[in-house]
Order: sequence, then C-alpha cells, then structure tokens
Amino acid sequence: MTGLFSEVFLSALLFGAVTAAIPLLLAGLGEQMSEKAGVLNIGIEGMMLAGAYLGFVGAFYSGSLWLGFLTGAAGGVAVALIMALLCVRIGLNQIVIGIALTLGLEGLTALLHHFQFSRSYPRLPAADATVIPLLSDIPVIGPAFFKHHLIVYLAVALVFAMSYLYRRTQLGLNLQAAGDKPAALDVAGIDVIRTRTIAVLTTGALAGLGGAYLANVGAGLFIPFITNGAGFLGIVLAMLARGRPIWVLFGALLFGVCLSLTTAMQVAGINIPTDVIQMLPFLAVMIMLVLFGRRASLPAALGIPYERGAR
Amino acid sequence: MSIDTAPTASATALDATSAAATRRDILHRLLMTLGPILIALVIAGCILLAVGVDPLAYYGFVLEKGLFSPLGIQQTLTRMAPLLFLAAGLIVAFRAGMWNLGGDGQFLLGAVTAAASAPVLVEIMPAWLALFCSFLIAMVVAMIWSLVPALLRAYQGVNEIITTLMMTFLGTSFANVLVKLAFRDPSTTVPQTRTLPVEDRLPRLFDTTITSGLLLGLATIIIVHLVMTRTSFGLKLRIVGANPRAAVHSGLGVPGLTVAVFAISAGLAGLAGAVDIIGVQGNVRADWNPAYGLAVIPAVFLARMNGFAAIGFVFLLSVLSIGGESAARRLGVPNTFTLVLVSIVLIVLALAEYVDHRYHQSRKA
Repeated sequence: MTGLFSEVFLSALLFGAVTAAIPLLLAGLGEQMSEKAGVLNIGIEGMMLAGAYLGFVGAFYSGSLWLGFLTGAAGGVAVALIMALLCVRIGLNQIVIGIALTLGLEGLTALLHHFQFSRSYPRLPAADATVIPLLSDIPVIGPAFFKHHLIVYLAVALVFAMSYLYRRTQLGLNLQAAGDKPAALDVAGIDVIRTRTIAVLTTGALAGLGGAYLANVGAGLFIPFITNGAGFLGIVLAMLARGRPIWVLFGALLFGVCLSLTTAMQVAGINIPTDVIQMLPFLAVMIMLVLFGRRASLPAALGIPYERGAR
Repeated sequence: MSIDTAPTASATALDATSAAATRRDILHRLLMTLGPILIALVIAGCILLAVGVDPLAYYGFVLEKGLFSPLGIQQTLTRMAPLLFLAAGLIVAFRAGMWNLGGDGQFLLGAVTAAASAPVLVEIMPAWLALFCSFLIAMVVAMIWSLVPALLRAYQGVNEIITTLMMTFLGTSFANVLVKLAFRDPSTTVPQTRTLPVEDRLPRLFDTTITSGLLLGLATIIIVHLVMTRTSFGLKLRIVGANPRAAVHSGLGVPGLTVAVFAISAGLAGLAGAVDIIGVQGNVRADWNPAYGLAVIPAVFLARMNGFAAIGFVFLLSVLSIGGESAARRLGVPNTFTLVLVSIVLIVLALAEYVDHRYHQSRKA
C-alpha cells in the first residue's frame, strides 16, 4: 500500500490516463462535429473498430506507425462514407444505420482478424515517445504528460484548432447552421448535404485515427471488440461538451483517469472488482447532471435528415 | 420523426370493404421484407466467398440448425422470449419519442435480481408464486434504474440518449459487482449466482424444449401494440412522441407521461432479463452480457414500431443468431459473422423501404 502514492506510481497512472484518454478525445471531437452539423453518428463505434483493425494491419505490415495511423483514418472514412451516403444523402434513419454499421464492423473486423491471424495476436513494438525538453524534467508531471507519441500532442492541438474552426471560420458557422436550421443555410446558398457530408467524413477520419491509436499505441495489438464502447463514450462526451471542444478534452481526461485507475488497482493488487472503478466516471457525470442538469443545448435539427422543400 | 404512419395504416386496413387491398398490402409487405433479405444474403455470401467459405453450405447450416431441425427451431423460439420483451419495451419508448438506449443495463439488472431472488424464494413459497415474485422484483429494479434518466428528461430536459447510455454502462458494471460481491454462489469457484433448479424454472411447452416465456413474450408485445394503437393512453404517448409542445398545449401532463414511458420501457427490459434467467439460463455468470438490446433497436425501427411486424423481425433475428452459432461451430466461421449478416440485412431492408417509399411518392405525383 505504501507504494500506491509514490512518485513513480502516480506518474505511471497519469501516463496511462493520457493514453486512455486520446482515443476518447478523438472520438468525442469527431462526434461533436457530426452533431453540430445535425447528424447523430451512432456508427462511430464501428468507425473506430475499422480504424483499429486497418490501422493495426497497416502498421504491422509496413512497420511504420504513421502509415498505420493513415490506414486507420482511411478505414474510418470508408465507414463514414457509407453513413454519409445512407443517412445524409438519402436520409435513412441515423440510429438504424448507425447501429447496423457498429454491429457490422464489430463482426467484420473480428472475422477478418480471425482469417488473417487465426488465433495469434501479434504485437507491435512499443511506440517511440517524443520527449519534450525541459517540461519532461518536471517530477511526476513531466514523465506523465510530456513523454508521449507525437500524435498525442497533435490530438491536443486539434482541440484548439477545432475551437478556432467553430468560432472564427465560415465552415464552422456553416456546420453550426446545418445542425440548427438547415433550411436557412440552404437559403443562404450553401449546400446542406455537402456540409453535413464533410462533417461525417471528418468524424470518420478522427474516429478511425482514435481506433488506430487505441490498437497501435494503447494496446500494441488488435483484438476483436477492442474499442469496448469507446465510441459510445465519445457520443456521451460530445453531448456533455455542448459544442465546446475544450470540454471534450476535460471529459476525456476524467474518463482516462478512471480507466487508468482500473489497471493501476489491478497492478497494486487491491481487491476491488474492476467493475467498481469502471463505474466511477459514469457515476461522476450522472451526479453532475443531477446537480447541475440544465437544458442541454443540442442542435435543433439533430437526427433529422434534410430534404430540400420538405416541411 | 415519422412515427405515426404505422397505426393509421393498420387502422384503415381493418376496414371490411378493403379486404382485397389488405391482402395486397400484406403481400407487398412480405415481398418488401423477403426480397431485401435475399439480397442481403447474396452480399454476405460474397464476403464468405472472399474469406474462402462456401456460402451455400453456410446458409444451409443456418437454415437447418435455426429453422428446420426440431432442436434448432425450439432453440430459436426460446431465444425469441427475451427479445420480444425488449422489443415491446422499445416500442413504447420510441412511439413516445424517447430514445431509451439503456436496454442492456436494464436487462442485466433485471436478470441479476431475478437470478438472485428466484432460488431463495422457491425454498420458502410455492414455485409459481416464487417465479411471479422474482419477475416482479426484476421489473421494479429495472424501473428504478430508469428513474434518473426519466426524471432528468421530464423535469430538466436533459437529453435521454446520454443519460440512458451512461446508465447502461453503469448498469452492466453494477450487475457484475452484484454477481461478484453480493449474490455470489459460495459453492462454485467461478463467480456466478446460485443456479435455479431446472424443475423450478418456467415450464417448457408440451414435450419440447421451448420455454413458456415465449408465450409471455408474445402476449406482452401484442398487448403493448394494442395499448399503443387502441387506447387513449397509447394515443397520449404517441402525441408526446409526435410533438411534445403540442402535447403540452393540449393539456397533457408530459412530465408524468415521460416518467411512465421510461418505467414501462425499463420494466419490460427487466422482465426480458428475468424471462431469460428464469426460463432458460438458470443463473448469471459474471461478465455475462448478451447485448440483445443493440440488435433489437434497429429491428423495432424497421418494424415501424408495429408489434406484429416486430414479432416477425425478432423471429428472423433469432433464426440468424441460433443458426449462425451452429454454423460457426461446424464450418469454422467465427460466430461474429452473424453480426455482419444482421447488419447487412438491416441496411438493405432500410434501403428497400426508402426505394419503395420513393416509388410510391413518384406514382402519386
């Protein structure tokens, strides 16, 4: 028990928290963009799985993590393309198609993994960390936050890029309008379908990247159903963040700490079922909602397909 | 939200003068269901070919083991029991415009409480009363579990998709905690609840292995369908679903109705868990989560929240999952292929409905 709060343990815990938070962050940021544009993207779990599998395969055969991230993002985009086609272009029910895609990708990635690797689970070498000079020398915080793979810093930078996009650019406003009042956007001469398609495809890329990070850096291998609900957590984060990217980051870190705590408790040999700790982040958020529950500011046209001229 | 097309269609269909039209309508529905399924089977077959499995052999096994063999059809009908309860619960929620995506958590908590109470209760009271009480307990626990999302939605306007999703994550973990800590059977090494003796479970139908839970499930979903389409309570819920603001203006107590919808929907999910445990499984092992809810949600949508159509889709789901499990063991295709098949069926069905809708619109115009 004395080792529980040692410096090494604490920084390992926080390091694990960041590693666990990054896939959630990417999924949450992606989902946020879809939701802003009025598309409830329940297929994000499937996009993450596609990204995890293709990302792993890419990295495994090429030996390059970056190529793996690229194939992972491409996998997510491929699934998002189906979603965009079915739900944005021809307006099928987003919940039906989203769940169908999630189920299908769960099955498909497990199937492909089975036929490609049989029952072996090959591992990737550990990812090289980009050590940030000076900052990484701070005790506890340094090794926890400043010795990660480069993509982690990029993901955090993306939070601010997204904030800029939503606040300061035309595209950001278009996305917002596509979710709040698509008819107005249409009247302004901007293609709603195209705006929403852009949002869904970006979601796919980010979710795929998140999945690839989860498999290649977080776990170092692919196992079927590896995302284990991370996509749904992304949906929760996006909805809780009320359109602000920075809150996705905070939320992802909160969930990351709890996930990392689960592993840490097991290592420390503390005799609590891991399920108890897994409940903590949800419990925290539910309590927050009960205490401060105000009307969530979801886009007005969320989940409703846009059809020009329809009432 | 296009929720109210189905009830009006079935109401006009009851008109005695249009018997022929009704028959044509049913034939059309059947064609629009079987056609897409055939197309989906062909697409999924191409995937099987790509991984080097003979699709005809695979489908042969699925049909034989899921539909045509005596044991297979009995397993299929048994699998339908919990799915019917879940579907009934979802019909209530979706028709009232509430996205109860927390079915799996409510299902598991119902299952665990039923599994914990039934073996204890059968020792102190007659078996039928014990089973009835365990059903009741499972239902009430699931209802309580839905109370937080219900109250938040009713009085604070907090989106129920987030809250029910979170409650389902919480519920799955909590069910595990209960199995591992509170209700663990001390006489076994694997963490699981006490096993309900086979003779105390729900009786089987006649000389088969089909659980009588199937009849309960069928009765439940039909009652739910009739309540939603033929009673004033059902109409009120549909008004809330179609336009909550109009519902407020027409004097309906929307918050109260919201809580009622969540309670009914969750209670039915809890009963689904109980019927699976008391009728089939007998106990709950730790980390057991069949995740039925996720597959039933799209099926209910495709059935347009119509109870009778939902029975058909639930039957289809059961054939695919039971047949797929056997075929997986025989042909070495992982069980997960069933998920791919279900997913393709759902997507093609949704597409077919769209094409059909478009065709009708263009003919009208």
